[in-house]
Amino acid sequence: MNRFAKSWVSAAVSLAVGVALLFGLPGVLDDYTLIEVTIYAVMSILGVSLAFIWGFGGILCFGQTAFFGLGAYTYAIGVMNTGDSTVPFLLAIVVPALFAALLGYVIFYGRLSDVYMGVITLTVTLILFNLINSTAGPEWRIGSAPLGGFNGIPAIPTLNWPGQQDEVLSPKDLFYVTFACLLLVYLGLRVLIASKVGRVIVAAKENEQRVLLLGYDARVYKLLCFTLGGAIAGLAGCLFANWGAFTSPTIFGLAQSAQIIIWVIVGGLGTLIGPIVGCVLIQWLTSQIGTQQVFNSNLVLGGILVVFVLLVPRGIVPTLGNLIDMAWRMLRPSARTAKPEKSGIAKVEPDAVPALPLATKEQAS
Amino acid sequence: MDLALVVLVQVLYAVASLVIVSAGLAVIFGMMKVINLAHGEFMMLGAYAVIGALELGVNLWIAIFIVAPIAVGLVGVVLERLVIRRLYGRMVDTMLATWGLSLLLVGIVTSLAGNTTAGVSAPLGSFSIGAYSVSGYTLVIIAVAVALALAIRFVLTRTQLGLIARGTMQKPDMANALGISPSRVYSVTFAVGAALSGLAGGLLAPLTGVVPTMGAAFVAKAFITVIGGGPAILAGLLGASTLFGAINQLATFVTTPVLGEVALLVAAIVMLRLLPQGITGRFFKGSL
Repeated sequence: MNRFAKSWVSAAVSLAVGVALLFGLPGVLDDYTLIEVTIYAVMSILGVSLAFIWGFGGILCFGQTAFFGLGAYTYAIGVMNTGDSTVPFLLAIVVPALFAALLGYVIFYGRLSDVYMGVITLTVTLILFNLINSTAGPEWRIGSAPLGGFNGIPAIPTLNWPGQQDEVLSPKDLFYVTFACLLLVYLGLRVLIASKVGRVIVAAKENEQRVLLLGYDARVYKLLCFTLGGAIAGLAGCLFANWGAFTSPTIFGLAQSAQIIIWVIVGGLGTLIGPIVGCVLIQWLTSQIGTQQVFNSNLVLGGILVVFVLLVPRGIVPTLGNLIDMAWRMLRPSARTAKPEKSGIAKVEPDAVPALPLATKEQAS
Repeated sequence: MDLALVVLVQVLYAVASLVIVSAGLAVIFGMMKVINLAHGEFMMLGAYAVIGALELGVNLWIAIFIVAPIAVGLVGVVLERLVIRRLYGRMVDTMLATWGLSLLLVGIVTSLAGNTTAGVSAPLGSFSIGAYSVSGYTLVIIAVAVALALAIRFVLTRTQLGLIARGTMQKPDMANALGISPSRVYSVTFAVGAALSGLAGGLLAPLTGVVPTMGAAFVAKAFITVIGGGPAILAGLLGASTLFGAINQLATFVTTPVLGEVALLVAAIVMLRLLPQGITGRFFKGSL
């Protein structure tokens, strides 16, 4: 199978698995577990947003939580003011996207390198954290929504069916919405990456100079990628606020932004499915650590991050993929002679070579 | 008049504390190009070293100026040997690994010392300027910042060690050919940077509460200062500290401390848009 066919097969498989999970899980799981799965899905959307801008855009954003938190707060403030959730839901995507566009403009048009970029995004997250954290007094309110400072905003009205304020989504409906969002985001990004725009984004990551020489303004594509990542993180934030009907400044915190990076590193940079795997694993691990007193969760997470950077820099999913490929090649002697496929370079399959003159002969006759 | 004097002292203090907080990072990032996201945790370790030493009955000044830097310097050597050394030249990976280290250090200290705030009371009392009172410790911070800047300059320009370090950072293979082991120079430089961070943590321990998570409050400020400073280590450090410290303190004076910090960070981001290479990338080119 060449790379192209492989990508379509994996997309079809993930779509099938996704749809099966979407409709299967609510029937199998009890309500409590379903709510747990919903939060994993919310966090997976967040993980995918970073996986996209970092793994495909080459933009290391240490402050993805800035957009996540902005989404949550935008939704909370919007829904408390308007009552109906449709417009706030959309705003929770648009506002973080605009914020990402503004920040991205400063970064990409200032031509700051990715290292500086990491520090700036980290700083922005801290600014937002400090700002929101200091809004505890009753004088801090937007419309009828008090910001609540370090106490956060409790009792956020959850999503309702568009136009029908009284018809609030049940936990099961929220699972459907969240999981469908995850599927849509995942598949949408796969389509985008396969498209021309996506190819330019990836090319800009690989070699910005060369992309410029080919006549593409790499800054525009990076900005687009970053903005989209911000929008997706905002969507995750909105769903997060819905999941717990609560949001607080810790959503902007360093601990949260560290976690997203760990998901991506553990799952595998440069894939979209890896961060979902990493997210679920790490979230599960964190909740397990929370139930015992021996280890601090920071200790374990920090250790995992160091070990993965040093020993498994490609992450779980690509490493597993390699292992499977290797096993496959050992089992199939005919493929043993084939050289291992280099990433990004299209390879002509040995079977395809003799087919060529055959085809021309047929055309000639 | 009194008020002006007090504001001046406060601004000097803000600048001085930025210099102190960022000095260790300036050495590690400015010289070695290693992004040390565990910088704040090095400071936290310095603060805990002071607290530990005080519990053992060590004099406060000895704890701050000797115990904290040495303790954190040693930690720096160990971490450089175990982790950082494997990642030279891979900036993004170093950044991730040091962030992992920062979480790890927070986790270890939380497990050992608990998540409670420990405190050291500020020594030296206070003195008055007209109707206002100023803490004597403020003047210590200012004095230490001046001494630190002079010491960095002296070591880098006037000593054999500084010459070797600067030469190695510029051309490691050439230094190696001249019989200097770059890996040892890296190790020593990292330890010096870590020791400076430890000193900063020890110095600030009497001013801020000491908790395992205190590092997070400093890391962004320190980075923004060093990055805003640009390629020249000392001139950049002083220039950016002066600019950001003054903005921070004046904004704090007009509004609230939180908005003062926000003003600092926003000013830094705007400045980086205008001067992507930092202050010394454009002005003071070629200085130390």
